Amino acid sequence: MSNLALAVRDSSTMLRRNLLHARRYPSLTLNLLLTPIMLLLLFVYIFGDAMSAGLGDGGGDRSAYIAYIVPGLLLMTIGSTTIGTAVSVSNDMTEGIIARFRTMAIHRSSVLIGHVIGSVLQSVVSVVLVGAVGVAIGFRSTDATALEWLAAFGLLVLFALALTWIAVGMGLISPNAEAASNNALPLILLPLLSSAFVPVDGMPGWFRPIAEYQPFTPAIETLRGLLLGTGIGHNGWLAVAWCLGLAVLGYLWSTARFHQDPK
Amino acid sequence: MTGLAIAANGLRKSYGDKLVLDGVDLAVPEGTIFSLLGPNGAGKTTAVKILSTLITADAGELRVGGHDLAADPQSVRAAIGVTGQFSAVDGLITGEENMLLMADLHHLPRREGRRVAAELLERFDLAEAARKPASTYSGGMKRRLDIAMTLVGDPRIIFLDEPTTGLDPRSRHTMWQIIRELVTGGVTVFLTTQYLEEADELADRIAVLNDGRIAAEGTAEQLKRIVPGGHVRLRFTDPAAYRTAATALTEASRDDDALALQLPSDGTQRELRSILDHLDAAGIEADELTVHTPDLDDVFFALTDPAAVPAQPKEAVR
Repeated sequence: MSNLALAVRDSSTMLRRNLLHARRYPSLTLNLLLTPIMLLLLFVYIFGDAMSAGLGDGGGDRSAYIAYIVPGLLLMTIGSTTIGTAVSVSNDMTEGIIARFRTMAIHRSSVLIGHVIGSVLQSVVSVVLVGAVGVAIGFRSTDATALEWLAAFGLLVLFALALTWIAVGMGLISPNAEAASNNALPLILLPLLSSAFVPVDGMPGWFRPIAEYQPFTPAIETLRGLLLGTGIGHNGWLAVAWCLGLAVLGYLWSTARFHQDPK
Repeated sequence: MTGLAIAANGLRKSYGDKLVLDGVDLAVPEGTIFSLLGPNGAGKTTAVKILSTLITADAGELRVGGHDLAADPQSVRAAIGVTGQFSAVDGLITGEENMLLMADLHHLPRREGRRVAAELLERFDLAEAARKPASTYSGGMKRRLDIAMTLVGDPRIIFLDEPTTGLDPRSRHTMWQIIRELVTGGVTVFLTTQYLEEADELADRIAVLNDGRIAAEGTAEQLKRIVPGGHVRLRFTDPAAYRTAATALTEASRDDDALALQLPSDGTQRELRSILDHLDAAGIEADELTVHTPDLDDVFFALTDPAAVPAQPKEAVR
């Protein structure tokens, strides 16, 4: 069997294993879904009036704020899902079966690839669920064409892929599940420091560059542009560059870490 | 079938400044059971981890199944099966799903995978529990599932790292039976254990590992010969009776503090009777008589005592 065929076959076996885990123990995935949904409802219904006043275009109403916040929360959902990835990778590494996998003539990285694809699929499902809640409370895309929808979907998948590879690395360096969830905390804190909830313009000057150029903001602005027709500008390229960069970095980091001798 | 399944020459491994394996040589002919015997911390598990490609050695010429471990680990992996000390089953999924996972990873066609899984589950008495999550299995069941999973790929060489540690006596005997059946099919078994009895029961050859070195190697019979452990112990409560007995039994070794005498014995009925006759004739009546057969303690005391085995470098006995 060629190396590629082996990689595909073993990775899909590992993917089936991870999906089986997720299906049998859905509580972790569902718990992680709660955070973005709660935040969405909290910001729209509790802080909504105050927040919409801060949008800067002369005080929009609540529906304007729903439109503003949903793209950010969709990306935050991905961050939240990947915390689950870090935890389950870390958990998995303490299982004896990983040692068994390492002594079998299988594609070496298939264990990780299975985790990554499984987690990206989970992210997509979570994004769809959070998106459905958004639509239910009044989010509407204004002028997105089919191509823009496709691009938005592609961006979400690419973003999920990037964060997932980083989360896998975080899971691998964590000795246990608690450490993994702590190490992966930036993945859900970063969106709070982005343009997800308030425009970057409203932040203090010294902080603005950080908020503007961290991975979430360009992705959020791009998604907004695709769904709502706001300006994308350089954010599109920035978002794609961040995604590719993080994905490659996470992949190299994770596989190097996994190929080391286990303790 | 005359080749070596496992050959190690000068195997060394250290973690930081702690030397775990200090120049270990091993030669295991195909189709035999080889047992690596040693106490906790002797380096048994490290040896298995290295020979099964889990971790890399610092030095040594190592060949498993005819393949060089350093140059071609993937070919080694194709030839071996490993059951580690800590159960290598996926606790979140069922026994059957674990088996099918192995079948998929060995690239068996779906139908054959199902057949092999069902057969092995039946053979290891797990058919009834096949649909339950493996995390709910008892220790013995987990070990059986573990071995069943190892057998899915039909490996020619099987590593078993302390396969019976923590099992109750009945499960232990079941496991021994399983291991014996494996070699009848021509499989080579590399087994680690801390029980001399287990090595004695199963192994064609035994190597005793102590402090990272092979302290002795041979058949069970050969090993027992270098162990002077078999003896009858007589204990007295009355110091006067003890002194009388000690004077009469000149061949006995004395333990004055415990008021105990030790007579060499192989533990057979014939020898025991002759000792009893001897005691009767001398009018000695001990308050307690116990028969000791060689055990791992004896082997270890013998092999780490410089007086018993002069060729062995003395290292701290833990």
